[in-house]
Amino acid sequence: MSGYQDKIKEVALRLLKDGSVDMVIGFRKGTLPMMNEPCFIRRPEDVHQLVWDSNCGINLANYLTDRKEKIAVVAKGCDSRNIVTHIIENKIKRENLHIIGVPCQGMVDKRRIISEFGDTLLDVADDGENLKIKIHGSEKSLKKTDVLQSNCAACIHRNPVLFDELAGELVPEQAGVDRYAEVNRVEAMSPQEKWQYFEDLLSPCIRCYACRNACPLCYCPTCFVDESRPQWVGKSQDPIDIRTFHFLRAYHCAGRCTDCGACERACPVGIKVRQFTSKLNKDAFEMFGWEAGMTLDERPPLDTYKPNDPNDFIK
Amino acid sequence: MNLMEHMGIEPGRLQFSWISSAESTKFVDVVKTVTASVKALGPNTTYNKQAVKVA
Ligand code: SF4
Ligand code: SF4
Repeated sequence: MSGYQDKIKEVALRLLKDGSVDMVIGFRKGTLPMMNEPCFIRRPEDVHQLVWDSNCGINLANYLTDRKEKIAVVAKGCDSRNIVTHIIENKIKRENLHIIGVPCQGMVDKRRIISEFGDTLLDVADDGENLKIKIHGSEKSLKKTDVLQSNCAACIHRNPVLFDELAGELVPEQAGVDRYAEVNRVEAMSPQEKWQYFEDLLSPCIRCYACRNACPLCYCPTCFVDESRPQWVGKSQDPIDIRTFHFLRAYHCAGRCTDCGACERACPVGIKVRQFTSKLNKDAFEMFGWEAGMTLDERPPLDTYKPNDPNDFIK
Repeated sequence: MNLMEHMGIEPGRLQFSWISSAESTKFVDVVKTVTASVKALGPNTTYNKQAVKVA
């Protein structure tokens, strides 16, 4: 981990000093354990703030939208795919970016750690393989691969797909993981069970929109949930309004979502927001052989027509 | 449609059709089959927002 961190600092310092970028977007330590926060470094003397470990789950592509200056950005596998999506959707210019790719070993599920150790954690340190958890009076070590975020545990694109330089050696991609296990489990239910499953899933939702705000795809100047003329969806806590918000937002991410897990990570009440997008990701893959953000050279299936597009649902 | 059914809308309740303004008979057929299949499913009790009751 510290190897990555040193390299990121070294690259950031070089780029800021020689003036090839105006700003570096990376992570710095947050005020609480496991809460690294995005930071925007503009001066070489601030480069020392940059960190890298397995608590950098926030998707930095989210901070690139419509930026005009020259930016260096730290990007793990999923971020790089969202950067590709941003370029394809004209939200950022490739030539304005210097992408510092970070081959990723997965991000830690902070909720799992907190539920196991309580929220009185003093420190969580990452040595690459293990997490050292410090609580009052004791220390415990956990294997990192046992406590990954669920999307990371099933990730098959850990290496950045687009980068100008790398912060470390490429990592082997995971094989034999089932990305759609949860979707398949819900698919096997009856309509009534499915309805109830999502009813229970969403019942704690407070409609804070943290999931939307964390999502790099959600860059509309005015989100449909904030419109009031016309008002597309009720603004109340009625379960139907909550559900409508969630499935409509998911549709906006169809064929674009890279399953970075930013939404789930951001949710203050721990809702598995990915239950919606995972279904669309599976559909995009099965119907169009499409995984979002893998290449700059192909238009996404939902903005092109192909004669063999599946259309059996139109009667 | 897949996501709608994934979250518990019964198959058959949501249908899509493409009908040209010249295809009057297709229009009638589609209306008939849609009403028949929705009637068979019965009233929509789930995805249905109850109006707020004002005392
Ligand atoms: S989804 Fe993949 S690339 Fe993204 S943080 Fe998780 S393991 Fe890393
Ligand atoms: S972050 Fe969680 S609580 Fe907030 S709107 Fe999204 S799902 Fe609901």
